[in-house]
Amino acid sequence: MSAGHHWLVIGGVLFVLLNTAAGLIWLERRMLALWQDRYGPNRAGPFGILVVLADTLKLFFKEDWIPPFADKVVFVFAPAVVVASVLLSFTVIPFAPNVLVADFNVGLLFFLAMSSMGVYSIVLGGWASNNKYALLGAMRGASQMISYEVFMGLSVMGVVILSGSFNLREIVEAQKSGWYILPQIVGFFIFLIAGIAETHRLPFDIPEAESELVAGFHSEYSGMKFGMFFIGEYMGITLISAMVVTLYFGGWLGPAFLPPVIWFVLKTFAFIMLFILLRASMPRPRYDQLMEYGWKILFPLSLVNLLITAAIKLML
Amino acid sequence: MFSLLRSMWLVFLHMFHKRETYQYPEEKAPLPARWRGRIALTRDPDGGERCVGCYLCAAACPVDCISLQATEDEHGRRYPEFFRINFSRCIFCGFCEEACPTYAIQLLPDFEMAEYNRQNLVYEKENLLINSQGKYPGYNYYKVAGMAIGGKDKGEAEREEPPVDIKSLLP
Repeated sequence: MSAGHHWLVIGGVLFVLLNTAAGLIWLERRMLALWQDRYGPNRAGPFGILVVLADTLKLFFKEDWIPPFADKVVFVFAPAVVVASVLLSFTVIPFAPNVLVADFNVGLLFFLAMSSMGVYSIVLGGWASNNKYALLGAMRGASQMISYEVFMGLSVMGVVILSGSFNLREIVEAQKSGWYILPQIVGFFIFLIAGIAETHRLPFDIPEAESELVAGFHSEYSGMKFGMFFIGEYMGITLISAMVVTLYFGGWLGPAFLPPVIWFVLKTFAFIMLFILLRASMPRPRYDQLMEYGWKILFPLSLVNLLITAAIKLML
Repeated sequence: MFSLLRSMWLVFLHMFHKRETYQYPEEKAPLPARWRGRIALTRDPDGGERCVGCYLCAAACPVDCISLQATEDEHGRRYPEFFRINFSRCIFCGFCEEACPTYAIQLLPDFEMAEYNRQNLVYEKENLLINSQGKYPGYNYYKVAGMAIGGKDKGEAEREEPPVDIKSLLP
């Protein structure tokens, strides 16, 4: 891989990723509207796609307000963390055989580490806001992240056992004989649920639960700082979808009539649609229900899944 | 768990349902005939103003958006000298219409009254008067009321007997 190609990949991934995250605002509103028998934004541009531009411009022109009671340095720092950590996670994801930023031999661990870093933005943002609702949201975010991070890591270990590698490219290549969705169906569901909780999307949007906590940890944020949280959330959706595709649905693998990167994008968008459908149809669980569900059901289940996978691997 | 999957499936099926939205500026929602919208002052079948300036609408108005001043013409007919409705206050409750004894004030199925200038929402009498009898065609207050006005004495109204002289003993 030449240096020129490498820079092209980095630039391309950044460009596509940021535009995808912005475009998801439009996609989500249109899909939610479709599932609620409405139209959604359909005025600006073809199918209302320019609503993204209008939203971004609006965010730029809003007053960039730092509350006088806030911890100013941390307040400014927090929104950058979420975007940075999600963007860093994307460096290890193989989009196609030649399209990946870093061929890391512990890519999966790097992903887990970076996605846990995202919680710092919630906790720091909520703490620096010096607002009780923001702090409550931050506390919820932290405890949700701790409980769901545990079995998120455990659920992907089944994939690691089967493929014998932490390298995401090798994991994809190991799926040439068959996608891991079949042997790892339990692991897939656990990873998906943990991923939803990780991105704090509905129905697990407990840290921002707008009907309980105003807007949770980002109550005090406005302008582009709020926009960073917003973009970070949408990039998180893309990240979890891309990870699900990489780990369980064969990544770029697919019939040869389409190029590998197209297969990857198609599969990723199928999961993004699933995320939006979840938002359209699920009620938010109570906070203690969420914890109970995580520790009493999913955590033992992921351990059992790991045990059985390892036993089968040993016997073969 | 099953119920969650079922509700996801049902929401997914909404993809194939008809959308409920009216694409408003191009496609108007149907308004029923009794829809309470813009307030108008109607006229009687002869084209005269129905309003007799009784102030009942102004008294009934919960937000005090109606202002008027009654006066009389040379025939003794009462009419409003000015009649002013401030639509930036009006809540379209329809109490004025209920209170009106002469069916003069009526609410019409029309809501497209937006203005850039707030002062333009204050409608004067010439803005309120419409060239129509509204929901009560054929009704003419001064033709059925017993009150004497110029050109119509007591007992000359429709469905009215001439007045009886109660001091007289003649049958």
